[in-house]
Amino acid sequence: MSLDKATVQNIAHLARIRVEDERLDAMVGELNAILGWVEQLSEVDTDGVPPLASVTGHGLPMRADEVTEGDLSEKVLANAPDPAGQFYSVPKVID
Amino acid sequence: MADLLDLSLVEARAALDRGETSSVELTQVYIDAIERGAGLNAFITKTPEKALAMAEASDVRIAAGEAGAMEGLPIGIKDLFCTEGVLATAGSHILDGFKPTYESTVTANLWRNGAVMLGKLNMDEFAMGSANVTSYYGPVVNPWRAQDGGNAQLVPGGSSGGSATAVSGRLALAATGTDTGGSIRQPASFTGIVGLKPTYGRCSRWGVVAFASSLDQAGPLTRDVADAALMLGAMAGHDPKDSTSADLAVPDFSAALTGDIRGLRIGVPAEYRMDGMPGEIETLWQKGVQLMREAGAEIVDISLPHTKYALPTYYIIAPAEASSNLARYDGVRFGLRVDGDSLDEMYENTRAEGFGPEVQRRVMIGTYVLSAGYYDAYYVKAQKVRTLIRRDFDQAFETVDAILTPTAPSDAFAIGENEDDPIKMYLNDVFTVPASMAGLPGMSVPVGLSDRGLPLGLQVLAKPFDEATMLRVAGVLEQAADFDAVPAYLGGGT
Amino acid sequence: MSDLITGETGDWEVVIGLEIHAQVTTKAKLFSGAPTEFGAEPNTQVSLVDAALPGMLPVINKEVVRQAVRTGLGLGAKINLVSVFDRKNYFYPDLPQGYQISQYQQPIVGEGEVEVELEDGSEKSIGIERLHLEQDAGKSVHDLHPAKTYIDLNRSGVALMEIVSKPDMRSAAEAGAYVRKMRSILRYLGTCDGNMQEGSLRCDCNVSVRRPGEELGTRCEIKNVNSIRFVQQAIDYEARRQVEIVEEGGEIAQETRLFDPNRGETRSMRSKEDAHDYRYFPDPDLLPLEIEQSFVDALAADLPELPDAKKMRFVEQYGLAPHDADQIVEDRETAEFYESLAEGRDAKLAANWLLGELFAALNKSDNTLADSPISADGFGRLLDMISDGTISGRIAKDVFVEMFESGRDAEAIVEEKGLRQVSDTGAIEALVDGVLAENPDKIAEYKGGKDKLFGFFIGQVMKKSQGKANPALVNELMRTRLDG
Ligand SMILES: [Mg+2]
Ligand SMILES: [Zn+2]
Repeated sequence: MSLDKATVQNIAHLARIRVEDERLDAMVGELNAILGWVEQLSEVDTDGVPPLASVTGHGLPMRADEVTEGDLSEKVLANAPDPAGQFYSVPKVID
Repeated sequence: MADLLDLSLVEARAALDRGETSSVELTQVYIDAIERGAGLNAFITKTPEKALAMAEASDVRIAAGEAGAMEGLPIGIKDLFCTEGVLATAGSHILDGFKPTYESTVTANLWRNGAVMLGKLNMDEFAMGSANVTSYYGPVVNPWRAQDGGNAQLVPGGSSGGSATAVSGRLALAATGTDTGGSIRQPASFTGIVGLKPTYGRCSRWGVVAFASSLDQAGPLTRDVADAALMLGAMAGHDPKDSTSADLAVPDFSAALTGDIRGLRIGVPAEYRMDGMPGEIETLWQKGVQLMREAGAEIVDISLPHTKYALPTYYIIAPAEASSNLARYDGVRFGLRVDGDSLDEMYENTRAEGFGPEVQRRVMIGTYVLSAGYYDAYYVKAQKVRTLIRRDFDQAFETVDAILTPTAPSDAFAIGENEDDPIKMYLNDVFTVPASMAGLPGMSVPVGLSDRGLPLGLQVLAKPFDEATMLRVAGVLEQAADFDAVPAYLGGGT
Repeated sequence: MSDLITGETGDWEVVIGLEIHAQVTTKAKLFSGAPTEFGAEPNTQVSLVDAALPGMLPVINKEVVRQAVRTGLGLGAKINLVSVFDRKNYFYPDLPQGYQISQYQQPIVGEGEVEVELEDGSEKSIGIERLHLEQDAGKSVHDLHPAKTYIDLNRSGVALMEIVSKPDMRSAAEAGAYVRKMRSILRYLGTCDGNMQEGSLRCDCNVSVRRPGEELGTRCEIKNVNSIRFVQQAIDYEARRQVEIVEEGGEIAQETRLFDPNRGETRSMRSKEDAHDYRYFPDPDLLPLEIEQSFVDALAADLPELPDAKKMRFVEQYGLAPHDADQIVEDRETAEFYESLAEGRDAKLAANWLLGELFAALNKSDNTLADSPISADGFGRLLDMISDGTISGRIAKDVFVEMFESGRDAEAIVEEKGLRQVSDTGAIEALVDGVLAENPDKIAEYKGGKDKLFGFFIGQVMKKSQGKANPALVNELMRTRLDG
């Protein structure tokens, strides 16, 4: 499996990272080198082997249905780059 | 008495209890040392005022006989931990100006135990790196210099490079680190100190900026094994806010340092003897094996057949998790925002400017291996291999109590070296990653010097949640190796 | 029952599958301790976890698991003892983590089935594909600023059950019946309040058309429709739109659409046009969710009687017509009201009065049973007065109107207005004789074979008694006079 420029651009868009055209070639090379290297895993026979779900021995702990947090709006909005009153804001999205 | 900077955590704690010094005095000494050591670039944020205020409060508690386990001890915090009201950057531009309104569980535990915060330590961006050269805040300099006539500035390893340099260069009594694939152990080896990654689940991940959730663990970087035992005890514990935190009591790790490993079975895995491994690493390893044998341990040859696949497995799983964990850095709720004409442009501009090249590379790899049509071939395959890696260890631990390996395949290299070749850089973690994949505890202990006079560590691994045995073995190894070299920065071994 | 759409070129069948998002009734969110109340000020019900601040981690709310299992049991579905939470990755400003925690390959509940009753009284079984748990997103507000979208994360992280049906529905009416039935079951179980206006229950409608018996056509998904009426309108519109396109030789583009209730149309959602690649993978912050069979068994043993079982019982126990029973059991409160009304009374009379008078009055006044000014007890005493002959059914209707308006007792109204039924034979005889005396010509006609006039005589008597005469008695006496 080898990536071409279009695929890398597509991945970059999925990841929401702008990649300038002049960087694209280098990035294609780097990613292909890494993917080529991890390709060695295909040597490993994993027939019938379950994927590792977790390394911890315990099950999923559960919380009681209790409201443990009050109004945190100040804390939650404290670092917002462009707050509008009690809202976060982003460039307009058209549905 | 001796220079305060020479005291270990345990010694300083005792000196405080005996009233030979105060926390304020000790803290001031470190604040001054940090100023002198500014060239090492170990700190991203210094908090001297906070430190002195905490130290004063510690002195009051010490006087009142209410000292905690870490009372009055000034330490540094890797900048991956969220600290209330103090900038947290993760070494990244994208967290510009981010001041958490909350405190990570691990740091809260440390403060509850009386520790004093000197500041936030430099690191590879989002903990992605093995040389601390990917930080937005510039590379960290290793206090050691090679005795090869070159005098080049060396990397401290990474990603907890600021932590390693601070502890090695005496800018902090100890430091927290995090280890995803070797980020505590490898820099400890590069800087001649002790670095301990606990079992996955031993230390809470709550409030620690996530890199790869199934691998990340916090742990201490310290001058010696006894310090590591003390500090781990103060960091660890069950946290109901972290679903992966183990609901287990924290043993008295210091009490585990009996100095006696007679009859313990220590495994030496054949597969860690890798092609192209420098002779001095092999020699160091043999020295460690010999020391263990002399201390009365039984050396057992073991096999961990899937060792060589751990690193490629890691470079699928860690980027996959990271690509998702780093999606929240989108310019909406905190940190950097770079405007754009549309929402997508804002996202893409923010993340292009906010993330450095290595982070972008890993996010891209992670995005790709999870994408439609490739998920099974990469991610599922890697998780299957991960099962095999874990099984290798489970089998080995049926016959041995601990495993001894080298920590890193080389000594510290120059800043700028290995940077053009990501895979070469990734190979730094070849010995540390397998235990990470299996969730096992591991620690690096300085055992000797390379031909160039740079420190080299050996790694001790143990069963899940058996840090006590790991520390016992490490303590004996430390004593037998009697590593007493100090970095050039401290004055050429005086 | 045929619900084919007749197009220019022949008949078309519409195929519908629904994804219902039902908010689990809980105090706290799925993975955080923030409250879930509706209508709070923006961003006041948001924990650090819900805002996805760095280092925040999810911890699951046990009640959500309990309610999901109960819902699964209520749908007669398979409960999966091991389920897995995955991350569904995509960027959107109301999705702060950059991923939604959901269940993808291993949901907590597997296949089940729901019986719905259709308009014509027939029943149809709709398959349930799965039920999984997931986080709700926040809210994007587009109309407060010309160039910006505002984000409120109050709903971010609220626990949802997504209930996915099989593509078993063939008309808007069936879809409407399915949603009504699902809402009924959820309310019985108390796992979701079913409030569609507040968004506690939302529907994604997957609609496609095909020639009867042929392969499935390309489907469009209409997102977040928030009333049963809109579900039906959206499906009808969408089916017709697709038929038109296909008949004109066009092709249906698989896409996400939005229903505009003001225009009664669906339209393409531009913001969701992107071909999504959600990159699902198990959330490494959470471990697989494992539950014990004993936990499931205990919940099963404790399940309330659900609409279908209640309906069957009502048909058997009270002799109700299935359609009447269906209407009564749809809502748990109605069923309870009915049972206390029917207790010790003529059960059919109770059903008729409940479904007739009371429902009509509630509908007219835009009220629900919960706001009824007449209690089951008070209503029952009105029925008692009919049964024991104190008042006639005719008078009872007037009394009912008064009760509904004033909230007063039936007895008081009857006494005050002197509405008691006259059952005094002598008094009625006098009335009967009076009517006959006034209409000698009609008597002649009646005797001449115009039987229908009997009703006229009765009517006259009732009129004279102002409706209070016991109709049975009037009948009897009139018959004796005329035929005897
Ligand atoms: Mg859906
Ligand atoms: Zn959904």
